[in-house]
Amino acid sequence: MREVAVIGVGMTKFGELWDMSLRDLFVEAALSAIKSAGTDSIDSIYVGNMSGGQFVGQEHLGPLMADHLGLGGVPAARVESACASGGMALRSAYLEVASGMSDLVLAAGVEKMNDGADVTGVLATASDQEEEVYYGVTFPGLYAMIARAHMEKYGTTEEDLSWVSVKAHRNGAKNPHAQFRRVMSLEDVMTSSVVAEPLRLLHCSPVTDGAAAILLCPLDRASEFTDKPVKILASGAATSSLTLADRADPADLDVVELSGNRAYEMAGVTSDDIDVAEVHDCFAIAEICCCEALGFVEKGAGKDAAKNGVTDLGGKIPVNVSGGLKSKGHPVGATGIAQAVTVIEQLKGEGGEVQVEGAEIGLAQNMGGSGASSVVHIFQGV
Amino acid sequence: MPSPRYHREIPARYRLEAGKCSDCGKVLYPARKVCPACRSQEMEKVNLSPKGTVVTSTVIHVPPDEFLNEAPYAMAVVETPEGARFMTQVVDCDPATVGPGMELDLEFRLIQKEGNSGILCYGHKGVPA
Amino acid sequence: MPGIVGYGAFIPRNRISSEEIAQQWGKDAATIQRGLLLKEKSVPGLDEDTITISVAAGRSALARAGIDPQKVGALYIGSESHPYAVKPSGTIVLEALGLGPEIHVADFEFACKAGTESMSVALAMVEAGRVDYAMGIGADTSQGAPNDALEFSASAGGAAYVFGKEDLLAEVLHTYSYTSDTPDFWRREGEFYPRHGGRFTGEPAYFHHVMSATLGILDRSGHKPGDFKYAVFHMPNGKFPLTAAKRMGFSQEQMEQGWVVNLMGNTYSGSSPTGLASILDVADPDDLILITSFGSGAGSDSFILRATDLLPEKQDLAPKVRDMLNSPRKYLTYGQYAKLREKIIVND
Repeated sequence: MREVAVIGVGMTKFGELWDMSLRDLFVEAALSAIKSAGTDSIDSIYVGNMSGGQFVGQEHLGPLMADHLGLGGVPAARVESACASGGMALRSAYLEVASGMSDLVLAAGVEKMNDGADVTGVLATASDQEEEVYYGVTFPGLYAMIARAHMEKYGTTEEDLSWVSVKAHRNGAKNPHAQFRRVMSLEDVMTSSVVAEPLRLLHCSPVTDGAAAILLCPLDRASEFTDKPVKILASGAATSSLTLADRADPADLDVVELSGNRAYEMAGVTSDDIDVAEVHDCFAIAEICCCEALGFVEKGAGKDAAKNGVTDLGGKIPVNVSGGLKSKGHPVGATGIAQAVTVIEQLKGEGGEVQVEGAEIGLAQNMGGSGASSVVHIFQGV
Repeated sequence: MPSPRYHREIPARYRLEAGKCSDCGKVLYPARKVCPACRSQEMEKVNLSPKGTVVTSTVIHVPPDEFLNEAPYAMAVVETPEGARFMTQVVDCDPATVGPGMELDLEFRLIQKEGNSGILCYGHKGVPA
Repeated sequence: MPGIVGYGAFIPRNRISSEEIAQQWGKDAATIQRGLLLKEKSVPGLDEDTITISVAAGRSALARAGIDPQKVGALYIGSESHPYAVKPSGTIVLEALGLGPEIHVADFEFACKAGTESMSVALAMVEAGRVDYAMGIGADTSQGAPNDALEFSASAGGAAYVFGKEDLLAEVLHTYSYTSDTPDFWRREGEFYPRHGGRFTGEPAYFHHVMSATLGILDRSGHKPGDFKYAVFHMPNGKFPLTAAKRMGFSQEQMEQGWVVNLMGNTYSGSSPTGLASILDVADPDDLILITSFGSGAGSDSFILRATDLLPEKQDLAPKVRDMLNSPRKYLTYGQYAKLREKIIVND
């Protein structure tokens, strides 16, 4: 396999973007990534998208997006793994470059969620229709059950969950792309309305429109396009049962651990080598479980990480300096790419107000469903 | 829910028919072709006892549209005496009292309606034993 | 004659008091309670209907019968609140009970009499030798219009009976039916609530049919009211069955065990069958039992049963009626009741 580098990134503002359509979002992010690499030649495109079909009634996104980018003729296809669609699109693009089949491959994630669809219902299709949705569960409900199990096993409290949200908003307030750029107090979080016990509104990521894009090429050609290439050290992916009931331990996101370990092994690094990480905090409990599964803290210690500053800027392992899905927003198909964009910017020293000093190796972890799919990428500045 | 999709789930939903792996003994509800624990394809049919214990739970305050008038309602991962685990609602009690370890009976209930004119969809829910 | 080999009942766990309903409409609760002898009634949850009640009662009946469900050759469900206008309740119930597919199934409707009607036909199928076992169920989630006298009584519940030829819990000794066209209570196709003829529902309807059927079966069987340990008559409210009993010479003591209406309300097709289940819960071997149903329109079915030696050992195999009546889980406000009974207009 060839070594692969990132040579361009792009991202729209995240939020309720009433004036932008699914294709508008995609084109803006993709053009931005292509422009930053200074090329107009693309060999292949992967579109990360969870559910254009249900959100806006549009499937067959590969040719649609290629056409609207003025790249008709280029091979293009959509990649879907629910909320991990973006991460899986990046993995597909990475594999195509690494294999030697193509040189310049674009991975772009996009989701248009605010167009009148029943968002709760659409998102629920990422869980098991027959065994979970049928009985009335929602996504917040599934993560609430994970939270209850974590509380039961490790003594995690509602306050522990709330510190994760406080940290997210503190970081997100400094991110110009974020949907909710405002600081939230512990009291704000703990008095927000209950969505699914014990999760409150401010423990949940919002409904977001947005897109993000990354352009890849072989590492040995990267200097043609950029002074600051970032190398992809590893791509690790895994699956677990779609149903929460069939997990060995509902307090444990085993899929994240499996995908993380595969990525660490491929990169030849350990969790201690990671300087900055973006993890899939679709709900506050998810960040706690992901930090444990990725080895940033011991099992059961995730509950204290945000409160004690372990995962804060300046802490042992800064997590979700972008504000995470919570504050930055969670356009589901775009999230995996947007996480990678944040990590890549950090490794290039372009993290702005939330730059982690001396960051050399970074990790992005993107998850689908209630922990049924996960993909981890590890990056290194060159 | 379209009738064909509903119809094929009837044995599991109405009678709690499940599968048991002949090789490793894992009980799967609903039944599957391949055992996720040992990959055996040797399965036998078993019926779950209509009772169980709560493994983990939540109370849904913001429900899907179909369940709007039922909120807030408790949902739980339930384990039957045979070791099968599945998700369902827990009703006929204060949802706040539902938590890990709670003993349940499983009763046949209306789960959802396909709008005002579509089919009625049934299955089992937990009630405190 | 064949008889009952298994029985079971189910009553939803929500209640609303007569007082709460009276308060909603500015009526005097004490007058209502004195006039109708109704303290409270059962209310179905949003997830309960005639089908779910039938399944719960049917499972208890099979548990007491202890028979292979596959041997049940006929299933009849009587109700005036079948959830589908077109499509049988019975098919759903049979799948849930593990009956069939080699089985004869029908849904019956005869206002409040549909329950004993299904029992009568089930019994006849066994008696005719067409099937080994047959199940008859009476269940309803009754509708009463808001601010109508019916609202104090219309409730939810039902009972199921398995009939067979051997290992009887109670023999059926005699049956008798009395029917005429008497439009005292009706609901037209597409209408949400039933309507009734006010006091016309009394003498020409309820009392005429209940008494004609009861006196008819006594006459044919040669029994006197005093021969019976227990009697149960259809219970549209608390007062009617007690008045009918008194007129015919039945005592308060004979009526008490089956008179469940003050706590349960009127479960329409489930009413007298549930009263009978309450009696079977406590009856001793050789006790004689009389049941007379009533359905508007109008007609009554009467049965005379005798408990067997097998009954006592079957009584504890499933939940008992009085235990269900005495363990409500929630008392509803009128607002909660209106929501559960879908009396509030909401958007789709």
